[in-house]
Amino acid sequence: MPTILAAAAVLMLAVLPVAAPWLQFVLTLAIAKGFAALGVAVLLRAGLISIGHAMFFAASAYGVAFLARAGVNDLGLLLILSVLAGALVGAVAGSFLVRYRAIFFAMLNLAVSMVFYALCAKLYGITGGTDGMPVPVPTVFGVVLGEPAFKSVLFYLSLGLMVFVGVAVQRYLNSPLGHALSAVHTNEIRLEYLGIPVWAVLLIAYVISAALAGLGGAIAGFAIGRVVPDFAFWTASGHLVLIAVLGGIGGVPGAFIGALFLELLHSAAVTVTDSWNLIVGMTLIIVIMFMPQGVYGLFARKEASSL
Amino acid sequence: MTRPILEAKGLHVAFNGVKAADDVCIAIHDGEFLAIIGPNGSGKTTLLNICTGYIRPRSGSVLLDGHDITRLSPRAIARRGVARAFQIPQLFSAQRVIDNMMLALAATDGLWSAVRPLETAARRDEAMALLELVGLAGDADRISSTLPEGHRKLLDIAVALALKPRLLLLDEPTSGVSAIERFPLMEALMSALRQRRITALFVEHDMDVVARYASRVLVWNAGNIMAEGRPDEVFSNAQVRQRVVGVA
Ligand SMILES: Nc1ncnc2c1ncn2[C@@H]1O[C@H](COP(=O)(O)OP(=O)(O)OP(=O)(O)O)[C@@H](O)[C@H]1O
Ligand SMILES: [Mg+2]
Repeated sequence: MPTILAAAAVLMLAVLPVAAPWLQFVLTLAIAKGFAALGVAVLLRAGLISIGHAMFFAASAYGVAFLARAGVNDLGLLLILSVLAGALVGAVAGSFLVRYRAIFFAMLNLAVSMVFYALCAKLYGITGGTDGMPVPVPTVFGVVLGEPAFKSVLFYLSLGLMVFVGVAVQRYLNSPLGHALSAVHTNEIRLEYLGIPVWAVLLIAYVISAALAGLGGAIAGFAIGRVVPDFAFWTASGHLVLIAVLGGIGGVPGAFIGALFLELLHSAAVTVTDSWNLIVGMTLIIVIMFMPQGVYGLFARKEASSL
Repeated sequence: MTRPILEAKGLHVAFNGVKAADDVCIAIHDGEFLAIIGPNGSGKTTLLNICTGYIRPRSGSVLLDGHDITRLSPRAIARRGVARAFQIPQLFSAQRVIDNMMLALAATDGLWSAVRPLETAARRDEAMALLELVGLAGDADRISSTLPEGHRKLLDIAVALALKPRLLLLDEPTSGVSAIERFPLMEALMSALRQRRITALFVEHDMDVVARYASRVLVWNAGNIMAEGRPDEVFSNAQVRQRVVGVA
């Protein structure tokens, strides 16, 4: 039953831009942020809140821009290499961050991401400073596409990746490593006494979450056609945490539902009012107070009771 | 006698000047079921903490099969075949009972799989067999925080057994377990230990349990061993009767 529901939702997303072409950009961006929020949600399993994941989002987006500047122009290659770059930055940062917990973890992630942001903004000669760097339209399997055609390819590729990567992450969370990750939240002492290296469990999760954020950033870079330091700004990180909480930490679909919900709300809100933050704030208060399982909880309740 | 599995020599530990271990020497041999009894706060849990690397003694050493493990982490010691059940159960309380068991089983054989599920038919069967042993089979799918205290204790012991240890350290296995469940638990535990050739050390307050099951008894008092021997020898010692059995 949940599978049919998910398939119907994906199908609906696939046809929406045909009916309303302006939605294609909004949906692509929503899926991109969904990937990054999923990365944040993975760490939430262990009770760790990262307020710095926009750094990996930006790292991969810059990765695409640098690779394109260096002459790589195949979409598949750019995506793979830039996600690897994000994962690598995640491995480096994670190797010292996973020793911390609670507020220290949250703040250190924030601090590291702010350093990254500052570097992107100040190293004008390399990164173009606050002007950022262009992300040109790449070729797809050697085929040179016009921009509108590429944006469509990007959207459907993102949709496919959402399903594929979503299933993979779900499998990871159901695996022994995924269970060990949740166990970090409940009892680290028992984990130690089971002979399980907590730091390794966390580092793997951290690299996966950085790669997810990176994938989102690469897609966003392609969709927008430019990467700027603001990709890494702390408000962007906060936004990702907001989406992860909004979607609920219950499951993988939550992150995407949360992102779609927020992006659609955003595009609806900006047409009627300029109090966007007011609307987001109110929505979040309502969700936290009345739906602690997040928006996803509305859909997941039946599924859980049928277990 | 053969070389002991576990040996502690000259352990000293003090907390704020209070001696929890004062020149302690113990040895536990293959196949033993060694009981430690003693008044509250005499340092029994502290001894288990030292033997599993959770705290470092100020001086002295702990040997496992003759190798020094004093400075190893609990994780490294666990991987050498020493499992522990805690005085206060240490569980993954948000997870189901069966998941607690399966994660312990996975810890020894397949932790590093990120694509295969934790729950496989074989692993579930193995977990169920152990839950059956401690009498928790009916609670397998409950969230472990919803178990009554006594059953949390049982689960904690089952988790330790799931690690297939050579040496099992049990901190008051029957405390919190109801009087009716106590002896069935001990019977099940003893048969499991014999079957799996597990050597065990257990801290215990119930003297009936000690008298019936221990192969040897250490009497602990104020961070030291005040008497040692077979249960009947120890219980006939007047000093022990007065200091320990009376208050326990
Ligand atoms: N981490 C610690 N920090 C400070 N004092 C401690 C610590 N651990 C134990 N103690 C003290 O050391 C002494 C021995 O404690 P321990 O828990 O080992 O006793 P026990 O014999 O297990 O008692 P019980 O029968 O109540 O379980 C007690 O006085 C206790 O307060
Ligand atoms: Mg104790």
